[in-house]
Amino acid sequence: MIEVHREICAYCGCCVSVCPEGALELVDAYLDIDTNTCKNCGICVRVCPLGALEAKK
Amino acid sequence: MKREYDVLVVGGGPGGALAAKTFAEKGYSVLLTEKRPAIGAPVRCAEGVGKALMHEFFKPEDRWVAAEIEKANIIAPDGFKMELEPEKAGAEVGYVLHRKVFDRDLVWMAAGAGADIQVKTRAVTPIMEDGAVKGAILNQGGIAQEVRAGLTIAADGVESKFARWCGVDTTVPLREMETCAQYLMTGIDIDAHATEFYVGNNIAPGGYVWIFPKGDKTANVGIGVGGDRCKPGNRPIDYLNRFVARNFPNGKTIELIAGGVSICQPLPCTVANNLMIVGDAARVSDPLTGGGIYAALYTGKLAGDVGSKAIEKGDTSTQALMPYDETWRASYLGKALERNYQIKEVFVKLNDDDLNAIVHSVSKMNLSDFNTLNLIKNIIAANPKLAIKLGKAGLKSLLDSF
Repeated sequence: MIEVHREICAYCGCCVSVCPEGALELVDAYLDIDTNTCKNCGICVRVCPLGALEAKK
Repeated sequence: MKREYDVLVVGGGPGGALAAKTFAEKGYSVLLTEKRPAIGAPVRCAEGVGKALMHEFFKPEDRWVAAEIEKANIIAPDGFKMELEPEKAGAEVGYVLHRKVFDRDLVWMAAGAGADIQVKTRAVTPIMEDGAVKGAILNQGGIAQEVRAGLTIAADGVESKFARWCGVDTTVPLREMETCAQYLMTGIDIDAHATEFYVGNNIAPGGYVWIFPKGDKTANVGIGVGGDRCKPGNRPIDYLNRFVARNFPNGKTIELIAGGVSICQPLPCTVANNLMIVGDAARVSDPLTGGGIYAALYTGKLAGDVGSKAIEKGDTSTQALMPYDETWRASYLGKALERNYQIKEVFVKLNDDDLNAIVHSVSKMNLSDFNTLNLIKNIIAANPKLAIKLGKAGLKSLLDSF
């Protein structure tokens, strides 16, 4: 699953745009991940400008 | 907030605001929703826009303009600086805006024209009936409410979730998402009227570093990196920190801005039944520069004009809304996006030797008739080896076709 390090995330939405499953949603100032839709592909982890996301096994 | 409107606009950036204003001025009932509690904040932008392009829509208020730009400098990987003089810099001569003020004023104008505005109100699901959008479920203060509309404008920015929920694939490929970080810095020694662009694979792979002045000793200092080049330890924030440590060790950072800008081609179709997609959500930001303000203003206004006619005729089907899609594609914007996409495809593959050769050769040119196309043609003429490379990438044939 993808973990959001909220102390790092600046809620910019960069990750939302690249998610092939549409599993991410930026709700005002926090990132919401739909764990039912997320396939743990890690594209969001790669693109984050600040390194706020982490894929956990 | 009523339960039914002629037009629902999802997103309160420049595209949404100008669409809402245009529909309201034509007498239609409009609701503009913004998921954030404030319009224009947090900023996700380097805030630069061409003067001539801006003037198509507004004579800017003084309070929108942080700095007027008279020239641009491009710095090669080897440190060589090329100056683009005012008369040569064309559309690159522009404004650096205060987006917090600008965006807010545009929404203010939409409100003044009669549009209803709701902030901290997020569209969570479109209402879909018989393959057409009929408004959206809006979440406001934790309560979901149905708001029906004859026409919905997806102006929800780079995330572009609304159109996606309506069945339009808005996903940006990783390599075509420019991942960005920016500091608003003060106490730095800069030319208050020149933008600077640093290129190079060690500085900003697949992108560039920008310095956009916002007044005396103050500037947006930011970077965009190609999504596929972003790695732990080499993320935009890491490149930016290294750049700032080298160039502005005594500068003070008063704001951190993160963001993403798509550098892909526009959506194959920007309308659907009762739906129009504008601005970043339509993927119309410039693939070469990353600029998106003009594109948002242009498509927002156009959506208002075309959409109003469609409502008047009582037909907002895909077919009836197609003139919007066709018009922007045939416009200056559409053509610039197409050309700059091709140039970008070459740019991201250039190594530092190529980039050095380009910047050095351009500085020696006497470009009386400066424009991007002319610049590229001159670069090719001056760099035979590079010309072969560009030819292989298909750029030469593209340029010859103009």
